[in-house]
Amino acid sequence: MSAQSCAISLTVNGDPVSETVEARKSLVDFLREDLALTGSHVGCEHGFCGACTVRVNGVIVRGCLTLAVACDGARVETIEGISDAGEITDLQAAFEQRNALQCGFCTPGMLLTAQELLQQNKTPGRELIREHLSGNYCRCTGYQAIVDAVEAVAHARNGGKR
Amino acid sequence: MKPAPFAYAKARSLDEAIDLLATRSEARLLAGGQSLLATLNMRLSAPRLLIDINGIAGLDTIAKTDGKLEIGALVRHAQAERSPDIAEHAPLIARALPHIAHPAIRNRGTIGGSIAFADPAAELPACLLALGGEIDVTGPKGKRTVKAEDFFKGLFETVLEPQDVLTAIRVPAATAQSRVGFAEFTMRRGDYAMAGLAASARADGKGLADARLAYFGVGATPLRAKQAEAVLADGKIDAAIAALDDDLDPPDDIQATGAVKKHLAKVLLGRVARQLLERRA
Amino acid sequence: MKIAADNPSALTALDRPNSYIGRSVPRPNLARLTQGRARFVSDVTLPRMAHVAFVRSPHAHAAIKKIESTQAAKAPGVIAIVTGQDLAKIMTPWVGVLTHLKGLKSAPQYPLAVGRARWQGEAVVAVVARTRAQAEDACELVEIEYEELKPVTDPETALDPKTPIIHPELGDNLTFERVHTAGDPDKGFKDADAVIETTFVFGRHTGVTNEPRAIVADWNPSEQRLTAYHGTQAPHMMQNLFAKHLGLQEHQVRVVTKDVGGSFGIKVHTYADEMATVALSKLLKRPIKFVADRIESFVTDIHARDHRVKAKIGVKKDGTITAWEIDDLTGIGPYSVYPRTSGIEANQVVNLVGGPYTCPNYRARARVVFQNKNVMCQYRAVGHPIATAVTEGLVELAAAKIGMDPLEIRRRNLIPDDAHPSQGPSGIKFEALSHHAALAHLDAMMDYSALRAEQSRLREKGVYRGIGFAQFIEVTNPSAAFYGVGGAKISAQDGATVRLDATGAVFCHTGVSEQGQGAEAVIAQCLATSFGVSLDRVRVIMGDTDNTPYGGGTWASRAAGIGGEAAWQAGKALRQNVLAVAGSILQAKPETLDIRNGAVVDAGNGTERIGLDEVARIAYFRPDTLPPGFQAELMATRHYVPRKWPFAFTNGIQASYLEVDTDSGFVTLLKHWCIEDCGTIINPQLVDEQIRGGVVQGLGAALFEHCKYDERGQLLNGNMADYLVPMAMEMPDITVGHVVTPTADSELGAKGAGEAGTAGAPGAVMNAINDALRPLGAKLLTDMPFTPGKVLQALGRVP
Repeated sequence: MSAQSCAISLTVNGDPVSETVEARKSLVDFLREDLALTGSHVGCEHGFCGACTVRVNGVIVRGCLTLAVACDGARVETIEGISDAGEITDLQAAFEQRNALQCGFCTPGMLLTAQELLQQNKTPGRELIREHLSGNYCRCTGYQAIVDAVEAVAHARNGGKR
Repeated sequence: MKPAPFAYAKARSLDEAIDLLATRSEARLLAGGQSLLATLNMRLSAPRLLIDINGIAGLDTIAKTDGKLEIGALVRHAQAERSPDIAEHAPLIARALPHIAHPAIRNRGTIGGSIAFADPAAELPACLLALGGEIDVTGPKGKRTVKAEDFFKGLFETVLEPQDVLTAIRVPAATAQSRVGFAEFTMRRGDYAMAGLAASARADGKGLADARLAYFGVGATPLRAKQAEAVLADGKIDAAIAALDDDLDPPDDIQATGAVKKHLAKVLLGRVARQLLERRA
Repeated sequence: MKIAADNPSALTALDRPNSYIGRSVPRPNLARLTQGRARFVSDVTLPRMAHVAFVRSPHAHAAIKKIESTQAAKAPGVIAIVTGQDLAKIMTPWVGVLTHLKGLKSAPQYPLAVGRARWQGEAVVAVVARTRAQAEDACELVEIEYEELKPVTDPETALDPKTPIIHPELGDNLTFERVHTAGDPDKGFKDADAVIETTFVFGRHTGVTNEPRAIVADWNPSEQRLTAYHGTQAPHMMQNLFAKHLGLQEHQVRVVTKDVGGSFGIKVHTYADEMATVALSKLLKRPIKFVADRIESFVTDIHARDHRVKAKIGVKKDGTITAWEIDDLTGIGPYSVYPRTSGIEANQVVNLVGGPYTCPNYRARARVVFQNKNVMCQYRAVGHPIATAVTEGLVELAAAKIGMDPLEIRRRNLIPDDAHPSQGPSGIKFEALSHHAALAHLDAMMDYSALRAEQSRLREKGVYRGIGFAQFIEVTNPSAAFYGVGGAKISAQDGATVRLDATGAVFCHTGVSEQGQGAEAVIAQCLATSFGVSLDRVRVIMGDTDNTPYGGGTWASRAAGIGGEAAWQAGKALRQNVLAVAGSILQAKPETLDIRNGAVVDAGNGTERIGLDEVARIAYFRPDTLPPGFQAELMATRHYVPRKWPFAFTNGIQASYLEVDTDSGFVTLLKHWCIEDCGTIINPQLVDEQIRGGVVQGLGAALFEHCKYDERGQLLNGNMADYLVPMAMEMPDITVGHVVTPTADSELGAKGAGEAGTAGAPGAVMNAINDALRPLGAKLLTDMPFTPGKVLQALGRVP
């Protein structure tokens, strides 16, 4: 049966959530407005900037190109949950040390995307780092500091081996 | 922008999806949603019903049977990127996949969605055309298979009827004689191509047979450059490039003029022809 | 003045122990940004808050005949539908003119269009609803009858008699004209052995801040107070303007700025839709939120840099430049933007051309004309990218013409480092610059001769690489000469109020604000150093007009030089106050004491005498133990404004190394360098990162970014797929080095650094592309952005 609003049940950052939500509401708007998880940001709503990046069922997606209703039964993780779980502490520290963030708007998306890269590839070179981050817009840093930070974390996680 | 209001239904089977498509005249299928939701977010389109087909079982497999590789419509681009079967049996597709948008988009976007959406600047429709592939479609009257060269009709237009569901694509599995080539020009990594070329051929002694050159980004649909294909069989790259003047007449678009696109198409042929002639698939 | 080591640890003679000046300490308070706990205005929600969406004109120029909103008013969630006529009753229009730009004229602009829409995207009707989505639904139901008028969209013909006049009462479409002659340019051109003429074109582009413009306006009728949560760079300026145009007293308005997701000048202007939001809150007596979505951002965020510059240079065989001439035509929008005006960018172009060089012979004309396109105004490095590209383009053309190395021609013409104070051909005054030291440093840092050799070797293999330079000067730390003298209520001064709290930490309230550049960190580093505590004991309060000294905010690269100086002075003053208290407690002369590392110490031998927390405890809780007649003052406020120099000019030089694929026309940026002299460097990492970010915006201008308008005034590429911002894959690594020439106009000696990267990068890339293609006899490329199509045309590969 079809409906303009649907009841959904999902987990968000490990917590069970049950809400009724308009069919047209994007996942990122649902997270920001219904759950007050404002760490994921809205920059374009057409999938280009990456500021809305969240994790659904373990993989990064664009929160603006995902419907909340389509996440019934899904496991959603946002920057808040991933950060509190301690999963990216080294990335966060490296970003802060290297000033790989200025205004911070792109940062949650960058961190989640970088984390996915490092989970897939233990020794990414700078070019691969740039390629994997090629869908995350940053207007402030010019990207070099971000590449430096991700490279440093890859190196450290690899036990200092290249 | 926020989309105009719509209703949502989750289809549990192919039949249910087809039935739901019949209930509303402005209904759209929701698979990966990476193209659909972007257009809805810009209010370029306002369907009344979205039918979520992500839960339909059996549409996300990759299998080789009878010399062909079948890829289910719901296979995500990222899943395809990791697939050893695609790497081995459909190397042209493997080569094209990393150029599609960006990792987060590839995690959701589907092979079937890319073919059905038929953006003329997208990689996969051209790959399908270059490989002489076919598309499985199920509609109210049952299942049919459409050849790639019959599938793409116009700008974002395919033979899919309002109640059809694309269920799989199929390409001939690569053999020892298979040769593929792929190159594209984009302003930035992951952008839609200003001009791109997906090519396949069969090594025949020192030359090539069955060359299929499928351009994207240079017309309303992916296009085979048939005059150039005929000349290329003789190994004459320069003559094949010249023949493109007869094959292609790209329109201007926001990124480049038709003249620039045609020029780039020629450069692409030079590069891809070398790939076809020199490299094993 | 000296060349700094590329990773300096301490740079200055500002004599404080444990000094933070010159240290690349990480910014404090970044964790909230990396944990997703920031508070951007687009995150703000208030009780009873409603949302506004705007019906925007689809036409570039049209009379508004009829607005029919009955259907829209019945849509779900709708609270109000408001027109320009409605808002004109409670908000006065504004005119973007300043008296020091003689002859600058513009017409009144209203929060919602009244009578006419004058650019595609101008807000015509406001729809307020419970959710943004509902407001957008109702927008689609508003019916507006327009009568299309002929749009003015070609700057070249804007002043022709046959062209419609956008504001008939103004008489023509000329916003502003400036002419300048210095020295004897006619003689200069006559004396030249070669005169090179060309036309530079700069594509209109825009800021694309990652967080769009956002405001939550909250009029509280019971308090008769407006609180605006606003992603603005200049809170006090906006406080003044909201009050003025709503008929309120300034103290009835509070502007609060929290985290701002990027600005670069985009958010320092007055926007009609934001003013409308504020007016709506007053009208409807509840909080109203407006966040521009990306599509509306492209047609409403200020555009910039739409210039056509005809330029000429005279040069002798020995490399001496003999004259400069420019004719700059720029097409803005239908209004000069308020309050900074849209005449400033062209004015800066006239001011800055030829700036680094000794040749005094200069003729310039700049004309700013109205267009039926989106408004244009100050965006990072205002005018500098154009003036620098024109100047540096001409210099390298001259060099090529006479067969001289491009660095050599610069050496022969740059103002000598020991010739300061000096001035540029437009009369701008330089305190002290380091052009030659910067050039020498760049030469060494990039190993120029090795790159030339590599370029040569690769040319023989048919690989075409180019090296291009751009020497630049940069306006920073502006005095009142920038805006104040023209009548703008824009503060050139700034203040810092510091207080020692009850446990020995230091609070600093400052009038400068943060958009990510690190203003908070820089203020903290200055204060921590001058007062004498570690950085973790400093808390900086910014972005709140109720709680900060009256100040200018952050723009024109002023936060470090001006805000930092105020904090530095306030720290010194507070130290004196604290030592007075300590002295009276310890029965010691305050001048024998100092504050170091959070404690009062003996100034001579550094022995700790009493902790700051103890001083505070006594002052706050046991003043009965202090001598009679003694009043402890554990707060101090100091202000600072540059007085000796209208602007603190910085200088530097950039180089671009790139490869042009002559088959496809694509340009690959291989490497980029920048030597920057911004005086005393407070935090080297932050300065370098400002340079990098600025360079990349300039690289975007050179290769990617262009707001494309058709002849009907329609923006053709107003979305993220078609307007190309630089992404990680296409950008090079950028190496930054420094020379240090402090300004004597402040004790810290810090100049600004925020915009230099953007100033020089486009010119350097242009010069590099032409350098790459010169041996192929390609036509000169002077029309930014340098797309593959343009490169192919220059090579004659496409018609």
